[in-house]
Amino acid sequence: MFTKVISLFRVTAVRLSIIYTLIFGVLAVGIVFYMTGATVNVLREQYQASIDNEVTGLARIYNRGGINSLVRTLDRRARAPGANLYVVTSPQGEIIAGNVPRMQNGIMRKVGWTDRPFKYERFDDESDREHRAIARVLEVPNGMRILVGRDVSEYEGFREVVGRGFKLALGTMVALGLLTWFFVGRGALKRIDQVSKSSQRIMGGDKSERLPITGANDEFDRLSENLNHMLDQINHLDDGVKQMSDNIAHDLKTPITRLRNKAEEAFSLKSKPEEQQDKIADIIDDCDSIVKTFDALLMISRVESGSTVIKLEELKASDILMDVHELYEALVEDKNKLLNLELVLPETLTVMGNRELLSQAVSNLIDNAVKYGGNEITLSGAVGENQLVIKIIDNGEGIAEDDHTRVIERFVRLDKSRSMSGNGLGLSLVKAISEIHKGTFKLANNNPGLIATLKIPLLGQ
Amino acid sequence: MKILIVEDDDEAAKFLIKGFSEAGHNPIHAVDGDTGLHLAKTEQFDVLILDRMLPKLDGLSLLKEVRADDDNTPALILSALGAVDDRVEGLRSGGDDYLTKPYAFSELLARVEVLAKRTGNDESDTVLKVGELELDRLSREVRRDGQKILLQPREFRLLAYLMKNAGTVVTRTMLLEKVWDYHFDPQTNVIDVHISRLRGKIDKDFNEPMLLTIRGAGYKLQKPENNI
Repeated sequence: MFTKVISLFRVTAVRLSIIYTLIFGVLAVGIVFYMTGATVNVLREQYQASIDNEVTGLARIYNRGGINSLVRTLDRRARAPGANLYVVTSPQGEIIAGNVPRMQNGIMRKVGWTDRPFKYERFDDESDREHRAIARVLEVPNGMRILVGRDVSEYEGFREVVGRGFKLALGTMVALGLLTWFFVGRGALKRIDQVSKSSQRIMGGDKSERLPITGANDEFDRLSENLNHMLDQINHLDDGVKQMSDNIAHDLKTPITRLRNKAEEAFSLKSKPEEQQDKIADIIDDCDSIVKTFDALLMISRVESGSTVIKLEELKASDILMDVHELYEALVEDKNKLLNLELVLPETLTVMGNRELLSQAVSNLIDNAVKYGGNEITLSGAVGENQLVIKIIDNGEGIAEDDHTRVIERFVRLDKSRSMSGNGLGLSLVKAISEIHKGTFKLANNNPGLIATLKIPLLGQ
Repeated sequence: MKILIVEDDDEAAKFLIKGFSEAGHNPIHAVDGDTGLHLAKTEQFDVLILDRMLPKLDGLSLLKEVRADDDNTPALILSALGAVDDRVEGLRSGGDDYLTKPYAFSELLARVEVLAKRTGNDESDTVLKVGELELDRLSREVRRDGQKILLQPREFRLLAYLMKNAGTVVTRTMLLEKVWDYHFDPQTNVIDVHISRLRGKIDKDFNEPMLLTIRGAGYKLQKPENNI
């Protein structure tokens, strides 16, 4: 039980409510004290005013009729029910008239208001109840002193009633508060326990486990939903990495085996230095192509993972296409093919992009068209749906519709291309580049031929 | 040519020292950044070759300290990091060229020789001259033996770069970087076609070829052999 209470305090909501309640409590106590104090002051001032009035009246009676008239008046007033307090003392200090049989010592010694309420006894009350009063002492010229006072139990009682009510209210509040904290906090703790148990199972290797969602649609559910979503993504990435490393292992083993075979061959060609030289040159080429594969892989993962690392800048769309076209035109012509450039876009059209990456994407697609396409290739740039639409169209054999998506995946090489140089990463890189530009990349049939479409959002879209 | 090689891998360093010595240069080796910086500050070199990852002081920091002393010795950075932005960072630190590992030695040698030459002359020359071949950057005219040759804009830039580095081997990658400003490697060799077209214009009608293909390395523009 005790540890449970201790752990309740670790729940932020409970800690906060306790702090709030404490602050509220202190403020409430302060306000109640201030209010009762002010009310009591007002009452006391009223009492004092009425005593003052009476004293002034008595002084007038004394002046007019002397001491006898005064004593008579006092005697009459003292006997009235619920009367004020009246005491008359001789110059020697003995009580000679009044309705107070006994009172605190020394009250008559000081002329004027008593400092604070004092204790006294009443004739009309036989009980042990304590009476308290405030009073004013007046000295008449013959040295006699007159006390006029008023019982204060009325407003002292008021203070007591307020205090009692306040204590009751505060007590109830604290009790209810504790009860609420206990149940709310325990609920919260239970949810947190469930979440940590689930996450322990996930850490333990159960990757299909997800955090519980109660359907209450509260902040816990929202948090769990987000965390579950995150777990899904991590799983997805994790699977990607696994598949990727499997592919790498598989796809690099082949060229490395080939490399090793060639090295062995070269080694056995000691007697024929010329042939050995050729073999070794061949080996160096193979090494370079393996390095290129690695570079392409690194590039793809870099592009896929680090959209923040790669800087995008404002680029003129037509420049990118014209430059790549210019780079390839001569090569394509040398192969007795045609590379058309069709620009249907304003010369000033800009995109947010990375020149190097976009050029590489277009260059990869033209490379493919030159390798597998027919004898006429068209590089076109146009604007559609707030996007720069780049198309590389050829009139070759094309790719079967079913393979359009698959061929973009890493290391996928269709049977026809297996005999050609290449690493099966070209289109994956184009796809990754399109994604970093928040664009899309798709293949379609040209009947005959292939249309590769790269769409990049225009600036400000 | 005196070359400072700051490289912590022994095998790689031996390979470089052997290569540069055979090419007739004088390579000096430092195994870590501190030693490299000390050497760069106390001796005069024609080119610095700096590995990016080095013990004690990395290549880029070393280069920044060298540049802080107003020392503009051409520097080439070698790195296993090859992405566009790594290259930009390397060049921003004061590097003049950037080469990604692994590299062909011929590529490194060509780049180092071009770098060393850079300090000599020409960045501001308006007329480049190699033998009887003349290129005027202002009027954009090219003549060989006084005969006017018409070039496409890109061919003009290509020839200007080759002439600026006349007598030195330049690789395909260097041409792609300096003339086209592309740092990726196209799968097909696009540069050869451009070179052969340029050659068709400046060499075809003349007996002695000036634009030579250097096997396994790249290209070299030089004065016709019999004129030397």
